[in-house]
Amino acid sequence: MNPVFKLLLEGGHLSTAQMAQVVGLSEVEVQQHLEQLKKDKIFLGWRPVLDLSREGAGVAVRAVIEVKVTPERGGGFNRLAERLARFDEVESCYLMSGGYDLLVIVDGSSLQKVAGFVSEKLSTLEGVLSTSTHFMLRSYKEGGFLIEQNESSSTRLTVAP
Amino acid sequence: MSSDSKRWVASHVAALPKSGIRDFFELVAKMKGQDVISLGVGEPDFVTPWHVREAAIYALEKGKTYYTSNLGMIELRRAIAGYVTEHFSVNYRPEDEILVTVGVSEAIDLALRALCNPGDKVMYHQPCYVSYHPSVALVHAEGIAVPTYAKDGFALTAEALRAAWVPGCKILMLNLPCNPTGGTCSLEQLTKIADFCREKDLLVLSDEIYSELTFDGVHTSIASLPGMSERTIFLHGFSKAFAMTGWRIGYACGPAPLIDAMMKVHQYTMLCASIIAQEAALEALLRGWDSVCKMRDQYHRRRDLVVRRFNEIGLTCHSPRGSFYAFPSVSQLGITEKDFAVGLLQQEKVAVVPGNAFGVNGIGHVRACFATSYEQLIIACDRMDRFVQGVKK
Repeated sequence: MNPVFKLLLEGGHLSTAQMAQVVGLSEVEVQQHLEQLKKDKIFLGWRPVLDLSREGAGVAVRAVIEVKVTPERGGGFNRLAERLARFDEVESCYLMSGGYDLLVIVDGSSLQKVAGFVSEKLSTLEGVLSTSTHFMLRSYKEGGFLIEQNESSSTRLTVAP
Repeated sequence: MSSDSKRWVASHVAALPKSGIRDFFELVAKMKGQDVISLGVGEPDFVTPWHVREAAIYALEKGKTYYTSNLGMIELRRAIAGYVTEHFSVNYRPEDEILVTVGVSEAIDLALRALCNPGDKVMYHQPCYVSYHPSVALVHAEGIAVPTYAKDGFALTAEALRAAWVPGCKILMLNLPCNPTGGTCSLEQLTKIADFCREKDLLVLSDEIYSELTFDGVHTSIASLPGMSERTIFLHGFSKAFAMTGWRIGYACGPAPLIDAMMKVHQYTMLCASIIAQEAALEALLRGWDSVCKMRDQYHRRRDLVVRRFNEIGLTCHSPRGSFYAFPSVSQLGITEKDFAVGLLQQEKVAVVPGNAFGVNGIGHVRACFATSYEQLIIACDRMDRFVQGVKK
């Protein structure tokens, strides 16, 4: 397996220089591996993990929306889902098994903005049968990071047998 | 209180040297708050996987706060039997061939107390874990250190064993992979050691606590070699592979009469291992293997990183085949391991453990534990590089 990919799977946040040291390659080679992963559409890009529910973070609202749609002959769910995913407000969009078809995560600066997006853009798309919007109240874990319950390691011995 | 109280301390205890690690710990403790990167630990930097901790919490909620069988919970012993068969190819009966202990350290103490008469000779390879020699001394037995060398990757050889052997040797203690060297033996070497043990009628105490953290080749337990299970006490635990050091939980497997003898000592001194730790250990065995593999893969990459950097810096370092310790040589710098460790700590704020803490054969080396994050390891290596260049000038 691509050694850089293994490192990415660990979920750390190393710079290219640090990755190069860990896997024993040059920075250029690490960059090449990253480019290859991008070409293969496995590695899509970097983004910071932020707790947007914090006061001062600015972004106020995140909603999880269950969407039921009518699949199209020839295109299935894809055309509609791809169209939906292009909206800037949409943070993530997944095709799901179970009681609904698409799971859409939407970020907005206010309740009204998210509500407006759902009522004006999302539910009016051709093929959308119904939506069910859930507003997130509080996050406990974000992108692999625990919030407000960091594990203390300060009491560990610094030298031990 | 007068220092006169010392006269009550038993002479063999008074004669025990304090662990060299303890001295160094005091030195590091004085530098608290100074951005020290410690490569001096002897434990994983990972916290015990959550599902294991959660199982212990659940056990508490269910009111599991009582004693267990002296041997340990039968469910746990069954799980241990299955695990040992699967990973080490040795079969033990859960009913009378497995004893759950308070860490491998207790198991070592139990075995030595159950098996040694005063004056018996116990062989162990050195550099070795700090407790081996004291444990032997505490049972009034005599320790015979067998040297291992960097040129062999600190693997124990049958030749060195034969050279060190004297009449009266009864037990051979093995720790493969080894703390502090990371050395372990190839199947060929292990087979020769097994042949030697049969020839000299030695009982083997095999501490395989780091076996899951074997990076090169496959770990083989000496107990799985022909004719060895009847003369081997297999010792293992959860501290390293499952990141459970503070739970203090380990186990011993061996012939029923030996386990029974160890159990006698255990029942009068410890009674049983903590039930909470046993519940957690059971969960670890049943559902913890994925976490073990993930951690091992990370240790593997960290090992490659530090060994490569150490050698680039000029600290000659064999590649440890297992464990999470690198044991580079500092003798080529013309300073002692103690001066190296103290200088590195004071000038560059990186803690490593001087090799003499692990016996005379560790002289000229330091132990660097790579169970810490990539970022920290990279910074530590940069600082060590600066320190070494300074010494060379």
